[in-house]
Amino acid sequence: MDIRIENLFKRYGVQAAVDGVSFQVKTGEILGFLGPNGAGKSTTMKMITGYIGIGGGDILIGDKSVKLHSAELKKHIGYLPEHNPLYEEMPVMDYLRFCAELQGVSPADVPARVRQMIVDCSLDAEKHKKIGELSKGYRQRVGLAQAMIHDPEILILDEPTTGLDPNQIIEIRKLIRELGREKTVILSTHILPEVEATCDRILIINKGRIVADGTAESLRRQAVGQQVLVVKIEDAVEAEVAAELARLRGVTGVTGIDAAAGSWQIQAVPGSGVPRELFRLCVERRWVLTELTPVETRLEDIFRNLTLN
Amino acid sequence: MSSVWVIARRELASFFDSLIAYIMLVLFLGFSGFFTWLYGSDIFMVGQASLQSFFSVAFWTLFFFIPAITMRLLAEERKTGTIELLLTKAVSNRQVVLGKFLAAFLLIAIALLFTLPYPLTLAALGRPDYGQIVCGYAGLLLMSAAYIAIGLYASSVTANQIVAFLSALFISLFFHLIFGVLSGQLSGSMGQVVDYLSLSAHFESLARGVIDSTDLIYFLSIVLAGLLLAELSLSKRNFE
Repeated sequence: MDIRIENLFKRYGVQAAVDGVSFQVKTGEILGFLGPNGAGKSTTMKMITGYIGIGGGDILIGDKSVKLHSAELKKHIGYLPEHNPLYEEMPVMDYLRFCAELQGVSPADVPARVRQMIVDCSLDAEKHKKIGELSKGYRQRVGLAQAMIHDPEILILDEPTTGLDPNQIIEIRKLIRELGREKTVILSTHILPEVEATCDRILIINKGRIVADGTAESLRRQAVGQQVLVVKIEDAVEAEVAAELARLRGVTGVTGIDAAAGSWQIQAVPGSGVPRELFRLCVERRWVLTELTPVETRLEDIFRNLTLN
Repeated sequence: MSSVWVIARRELASFFDSLIAYIMLVLFLGFSGFFTWLYGSDIFMVGQASLQSFFSVAFWTLFFFIPAITMRLLAEERKTGTIELLLTKAVSNRQVVLGKFLAAFLLIAIALLFTLPYPLTLAALGRPDYGQIVCGYAGLLLMSAAYIAIGLYASSVTANQIVAFLSALFISLFFHLIFGVLSGQLSGSMGQVVDYLSLSAHFESLARGVIDSTDLIYFLSIVLAGLLLAELSLSKRNFE
């Protein structure tokens, strides 16, 4: 099922939490919803799941508006809310059974689905414990299990990997990637490596507006108009190197990282062949080039650029 | 399986898991048993094969116990945030409210079921009026339903259980006592209205063994009003 969001608004008092957001997610796509705290990620997700009303605009799930068909659409959505609220006093098995029954899984299939989820989320060792007794990582797995119990076509996961240890994070990411092949997944996070590892597409949202939309690759390309190189040149005079580097065609800036030891950072126009020119220069002047590293712009920098300005 | 029943069953199980059910049963049976058989104007003192004294004790004990049972129903879910998970499942606000109502009602029904030995004992002692006893039980159930609906509404407007308990008790007190007292003070049409609103008058006529449609309509309208208001306050989040 595709999700289409059209010009979505939501206002809390005078503050607009979501301010004209439009995007589309297709079946088989994992969308990473990225943004600083309070950017409107959770509010948007709550509107998709029908927990809070839509302030303005519309959300269409498989061509049906959430406004009109919320009750029917809820069956197709699995939702893991932000703080993963669960009934503490219930044993894991009972809770999953309860969720399955509520989501309209037919009584004959309930035990099988519960077993399946316990295997998928590796809950076997803890299945008879009360949820309140579980560690945070296990609670999170129970949260994921209840979201997927009815095999929904759409998964909305609000910060699914918080509180998990690195091994569990890798497992959960793998699980989400597998699920994402045939389902529509929207997951929110502010852990940047996470979106790179799991998502097909990234949506950066800030102050209720979308500020970037694309794959990690395309975001990198569009966010930075320059290439950054780190070089180390030995057997050379510091002032001379600075002057010569700045004179190279395509170089827009030279800063010394540790100039005395010969370490420099060069900003250049991409595609202008600066590395080649640089090598020739070194040969010509009989300098020893011991390092030439293109610096990849990190997603962190893109994120900071987009959300701080 | 109907979602209402799924919710009711979970809620009922959690009453028993959290000991609330046992405490309530023990206290209810203790109080009503003590005053029905052992102390005050008990059955032996009155000397009649009638459960009148039990009904008037239960009338008061249920009044206090029901807000204690209903206070957590929605307030706790609000506090812990589980309401978000519950309402984003394939259930409507109405089904949630009805499920919770049903759970509390079943708990009260179980408590009343445990008092079944009373009429059985009475049957051994003398020849009680069975019609009246059935009516009395029906009256207690109807009254409980009304107070549960009020308590459910009080629980739906706050995330604080104490607030839910006290406001449920406060609203119920009007029906239980204050309207009755006022009707004695006021005269004319105002007095009549207040008199009709007094729950104790309707309960007493049922406990005497008189089934009147006005009484039934009265109880059912309180139940309906409470449940609708609770549903409304659950759906408020959609319009804010």
